[in-house]
Amino acid sequence: MKLKNMMTAAAVAALIAGTANAGSITVVSWGGAYTKSQIEAYHKPWMAETGNTIISEDYNGGVAEVKSQVEAGNVTWDLVDVELSDAVRGCDEGLFEEIDASVLPAGADGTPAKDDFVAGAINDCAVASIVWSTVFAYDSTTTKAPATISDFFDVANFPGKRGLRKNPKANLEMALMADGVAAGDVYAMLRTSEGVDRAFAKLDTLKGNVVWWEAGAQPPQLLADGEVVMTTAYNGRIFNAAVNENKPFVVVWDGQILDFDLWAIPKGSKNKDLAMEFLIYSTDTKRLADQASWISYGPARKSSGSMVGLFSDGKTQMAPHMPTAAANLTNALANDFAFWADNQDELNERFNAWLAKF
Amino acid sequence: MTDTSNTLVAADGTPLRRKLARALFRSRVRAFGLVLPLLAFVIAAFIIPIVVLLWQSVYDPRYAELMPNSTAAMADWDAKSAITEEMAAAMVADLIVVRKDKTIGKVATRINREISGARSTFTITARAAAKMKPPYLEALIANDALWADPELWRGVKIASKWLNPGYIANALDFKYEADGSFSRTDPERAIHVMLFLRTLEISFTVTVLCLLLGYPVAYLLSTLPARSSNLLLILVLLPFWTSLLVRTTAWIAMLQSQGVMNDLFVVFGIAAEDDRFSLIYNKTGTLISMTHILMPFMILPLYSVMKTIPPSYVRAAKSMGATNWTSFWRVYFPQSVPGIGAGALLVFILAIGYYITPALVGGQDGQMISNIIDFHMRRSLNWNLAAALGLVLLVFVMFLFWVYDRLVGIDNMKLG
Repeated sequence: MKLKNMMTAAAVAALIAGTANAGSITVVSWGGAYTKSQIEAYHKPWMAETGNTIISEDYNGGVAEVKSQVEAGNVTWDLVDVELSDAVRGCDEGLFEEIDASVLPAGADGTPAKDDFVAGAINDCAVASIVWSTVFAYDSTTTKAPATISDFFDVANFPGKRGLRKNPKANLEMALMADGVAAGDVYAMLRTSEGVDRAFAKLDTLKGNVVWWEAGAQPPQLLADGEVVMTTAYNGRIFNAAVNENKPFVVVWDGQILDFDLWAIPKGSKNKDLAMEFLIYSTDTKRLADQASWISYGPARKSSGSMVGLFSDGKTQMAPHMPTAAANLTNALANDFAFWADNQDELNERFNAWLAKF
Repeated sequence: MTDTSNTLVAADGTPLRRKLARALFRSRVRAFGLVLPLLAFVIAAFIIPIVVLLWQSVYDPRYAELMPNSTAAMADWDAKSAITEEMAAAMVADLIVVRKDKTIGKVATRINREISGARSTFTITARAAAKMKPPYLEALIANDALWADPELWRGVKIASKWLNPGYIANALDFKYEADGSFSRTDPERAIHVMLFLRTLEISFTVTVLCLLLGYPVAYLLSTLPARSSNLLLILVLLPFWTSLLVRTTAWIAMLQSQGVMNDLFVVFGIAAEDDRFSLIYNKTGTLISMTHILMPFMILPLYSVMKTIPPSYVRAAKSMGATNWTSFWRVYFPQSVPGIGAGALLVFILAIGYYITPALVGGQDGQMISNIIDFHMRRSLNWNLAAALGLVLLVFVMFLFWVYDRLVGIDNMKLG
């Protein structure tokens, strides 16, 4: 509500200022601290500069809503923040507009866009804005400090419940890394049925000690409520709880899984051109660097890296909290979207059956 | 028959019979006209979408529409003999077209449901298809060794059937094979039958709990003087007016391990501080919150039936020497059965399709079949399988309804 009022106020202000041909687009993202960072870094300056308005909506990931809008021929979303595997799959299924990457501007240092974005950030139908990661975090007041991903799976030495995302993604990879598989071999191993068995066997060792979560806002809440002593989570959510709300939460970077969030335009969007304009604006060097001062997700452009400064509280240095910081990358894995696009049907099925009997 | 001299006529000379028929017809049209908006609404907003959705459980034309040559070639194959050059040639011809039309993604997604990992085989081969030369089978195999595997071609044959019983088979934990037979899903992946049984078990337990807890409340409501019973009735209705989500989240606050209930247990020494009860994110949590949420649906029909039972019957029974128990069991209880019938059916049918509460408090062993339907609608995007599961659930509920009608009798229940 408050948000809408704010947007309306911005719209009115823009009208009074007499800006010509103001339009409106609906931008959909994941809510919470993450959407706030986008509003502060992208939406507000864009609305002030162009006089257009943005209606911000929240969703919980997946392409089901986009699919039903596209199939019903009534597309009300103009731009959606999607995960990499969903971007690829939605593109495959013809749910997203194709994006001509040549219109993306060069970086602030003059590097052409295709070299400025980190590898894999530009796709047929989507352009990445951030690099985020699935990490595990613990509450330093309820458990002794774990150091590696193996400790997360070690219930004997680190007793207490664990929070895990109710999804095979990230869990299987982390299970293998905890079982001693090197990050570089994880996906090769998961392509074999022995590898999948091994991952599930490792997850079995957590039996009776797991609380499952689905929305990104849940893990910090589970930690705060004392429901779990450690949990997997999106790194930005833990950072916000720790820095903004002074919670005693600590991120363990060992075994982190890096992923992209990307902008995609649903096929048949009524404001496609305007959405594209906003997409180009929001993924330029400065905006991406700005966003990093609101949440600890890394910018998808290399040229933004050097511009990342302090958090919005004015005292926390952001660089060490970025998933892409060198110190955090010692044992890290980049999410292999092709693997998941190929195998998610089967692994989801197996995971669901496994979960039902867990 | 048309002998006018014998028929009664109305004042204007027309036969009375015809006049009456016309008047009746007119009133019937008027009555129909009144229900027409509702009927149209129900058909448009309820019947048509349900039929369309259920139709998807067997109708899957994606592959057949996009890959017509391959579909025709696969129809002639018996799923056992060697892969023919003709099948390969048709495949290459279609792949060139879908690559050009950018519909290859749809084809690959469809195939991936049958053969996991075949998605990339299709997309990569399609990229190279335009340059392929006969013999096509060898060209395909040279591109990706998976093309030599008859299993892949069997998957293609299944996907090419637009009228496909595979989804319903899957919903019942069977696998539809390319030669038209059915085999059991391997136990590592079988989940649906177990979930249907669990849904049944949870719904049944919730119904019994609602009845056991709700019966005394309804009895109290119907026997107390109007003033206090109205107050009590408001207490029953109050949660009814509160949002379902609020009530479910309130139960999370109550039952979680650091929650109100567990704190009380620790204070009274029932549970140890470091070994608190797991009351939520499991089946217990689902049962407790569903029973609470569905309770009014049991109490209200019971109350309205009990209200009509004259207290004099029980008094008469007692005056003739019946004990309290006999007068209740032989006189009062049989008269309240229609209320039990209505309440139990209402609670059971609501419970069997329950979704949001188990999703929030069910953890893993408190999930019901509706949660997996939701998963296939929103996450895996396998709407065909979701429709098949929905169809099985619908048929199942109708069957239960029929059994119930046989046992209790639908006419034998009263909502008020």
